[in-house]
Amino acid sequence: MEKRTISFRQLVDREELFLPGHRACIGCGEALAVRLACKALGRNSIVVSVTGCIEIISSQLPYTSWRLPWIHTLFENAAAVASGVEAGLKAMTRKERRPTPEINVVAMAGDGGTSDIGLQALSGALERGHNFLYLCFDNEAYMNTGIQRSSATPYGASTTTSPAGKMSIGQVTWKKDMPAIAAAHNIPYVATACPSYPRDLMNKVIKGAATPGPAYIHILSVCPTGWRSLPELTIEIGRLAVQTGIFPLYEIENGEYKLNVSPPKLKPVQDYLKLQGRFRHLSEETITEIQHRVDKEYAKLMDKIARRQGLNN
Amino acid sequence: MAKRVGTEVSVAISEVVKLANADVIAAYPITPQTHIVEHLAELVADGELDAEYIPVESEHSAMSACLGASAVGARTFTATAGQGLELMHEVLYVASSMRLPVVMTVVNRALSSPLSVWNDHSDAMSVRDTGWIQIFVENGQEAIDNVICAFRIAEDHKVLLPVMIHLDGFYLSHMIEPMLLPEQDEVDKFLPKNDYPLPLDPAKPVSMGDFAPPIIYPEAKWAQEVNLTAAKEVILQCWDEFGNRFQRYYSPVECYHCEDADVLLLTMGSFSETASMAIDKMRKEGRNVGLIKLRLWRPFPFDEIRLAVKKAEVLIVLDRALSFGGPSGPVCSEIRSALYSEEKKPKVISFVGGLGGRDITVAGFEDIVNRGIEISQKGSEKEFEIFGVRE
Repeated sequence: MEKRTISFRQLVDREELFLPGHRACIGCGEALAVRLACKALGRNSIVVSVTGCIEIISSQLPYTSWRLPWIHTLFENAAAVASGVEAGLKAMTRKERRPTPEINVVAMAGDGGTSDIGLQALSGALERGHNFLYLCFDNEAYMNTGIQRSSATPYGASTTTSPAGKMSIGQVTWKKDMPAIAAAHNIPYVATACPSYPRDLMNKVIKGAATPGPAYIHILSVCPTGWRSLPELTIEIGRLAVQTGIFPLYEIENGEYKLNVSPPKLKPVQDYLKLQGRFRHLSEETITEIQHRVDKEYAKLMDKIARRQGLNN
Repeated sequence: MAKRVGTEVSVAISEVVKLANADVIAAYPITPQTHIVEHLAELVADGELDAEYIPVESEHSAMSACLGASAVGARTFTATAGQGLELMHEVLYVASSMRLPVVMTVVNRALSSPLSVWNDHSDAMSVRDTGWIQIFVENGQEAIDNVICAFRIAEDHKVLLPVMIHLDGFYLSHMIEPMLLPEQDEVDKFLPKNDYPLPLDPAKPVSMGDFAPPIIYPEAKWAQEVNLTAAKEVILQCWDEFGNRFQRYYSPVECYHCEDADVLLLTMGSFSETASMAIDKMRKEGRNVGLIKLRLWRPFPFDEIRLAVKKAEVLIVLDRALSFGGPSGPVCSEIRSALYSEEKKPKVISFVGGLGGRDITVAGFEDIVNRGIEISQKGSEKEFEIFGVRE
């Protein structure tokens, strides 16, 4: 009998819904993540974007990179606009004013548009239970405006508004735990993802879009420009974020935690930090401090996962 | 046949939003808009209106949700007041620039600080340049008639612009008035189904709200200006047809005893009713006075205003908002500007009054007219005068 193997690549639709020719920087992790997410979503989707990198690189008139129906309005309101899109489709379908059945309504925003200026609109939309998927592409600062710190910027990172200096290590606050905030709304699906793990990312997008009710996916998007890293290391840095435990890949389905990628042994955070210029100034002491914090957070996550397994046994 | 009802104006507005068969209502409560959105919530809860009601967490999100709903082709309504309108501010520009035909009743309220829930026109004037069509109504009947017209105007393919219907908080919103409420079939005949030409649709993808470099931004903005100005034609046609069907006629500028008047008073909104009583009284006393009610605020009715004041010697404009540090109230500034190039024009006298719910009585309007005439003859040290304020 003929031996057949099917690779992941063959299973993924060749059709591009986020087209090349856009203006993203070389090695942009976010553009890659958007492209993969769109492939996973398929044509039957409407995308709501906020102001930010993706919007400006993809929509400069008279061009567009979007083969999906796409709308951008403002910076802080993706979740609210998506609420309206979802409600509009729902009402018009019920009143037999439009034919298509379910359409994936997807909001896309950066970390600033999600965890800072857009947090209220997001919280409102999650609480109201709209049937939509929210994708946060987290590149850990306001990259579009020139690398200013956000509440998602990690401890110790030097940005243009949290610069490292004689009196400062750079960012002095720990990264806001957005997935936990989303999960606190008791929504059916929350996940983390990274385009360095494309299969995992796409499966989560498919799952999130299919979930009835709100779904939230937090996607770490490596930014060579803002992280001061080599463009060719984008995938590698994303992998190291996961393998060091700094950005674990997990899902919370109906309150139950599940680890999706479990490195046998976590690599030291130094492996991740040393490839990025934004951490170049950090002392041994600060790196140790970060290591302790990562260990602690990772242990907390493992606890939640173990508790779920314990309950199931 | 329309039925005569005696009800609160806010409730009647909700009833006509139901008759218009709105698809999506997104609203956040704020005094004195609440009765409109409460009654709409009841209509949806009782199954009388088949719509999605989104109880958003802020006015910014209310208008944002309206953008999304409107962009998929849903008939979309919201209501707000004062601070709520201010919180929506940046979203308002997007609604008009992206040609999304949202309809909103603004129950006019003064702005903080100090906090006031009462009525003036500070909120309406602060959104003057957002590119919306703005209509001021005087009484309950005007309010409900113009909400119906607003959907038809907004959704007209020659227009595709959002419309604000301004009604005075409490003075109008909370009044119980007799009104003629049209029947469903009458509204259905007058108001076609919303057929938004390029909605967000996977079958025909469009990109909306793109990023414009300097090479294209001015053209986009100029197109918007041309479009808003041209909307006046459709507004006039809509009011004509509404009049033919319902026997109630509306115009951008309404004149009351203007034909032979030497002295004209200009007001907007519910104060026009009181002002017209003052005019009646002064007419009886043999005074040659008249009243202009400015209904259409944007697009500004230049021709109608010029024509209305042509024969008058004095025009007294009552603003219900301050333009701090400016030459007069915002309405008076516009009127002066509109008349500047005219060869024959009245002396334009500016008053500001009725701020934060301070009432102006019939006697008050008489005082304004008398003082206005006095200023026109003797002049004033001030650019404008504030009425009824302890200095």
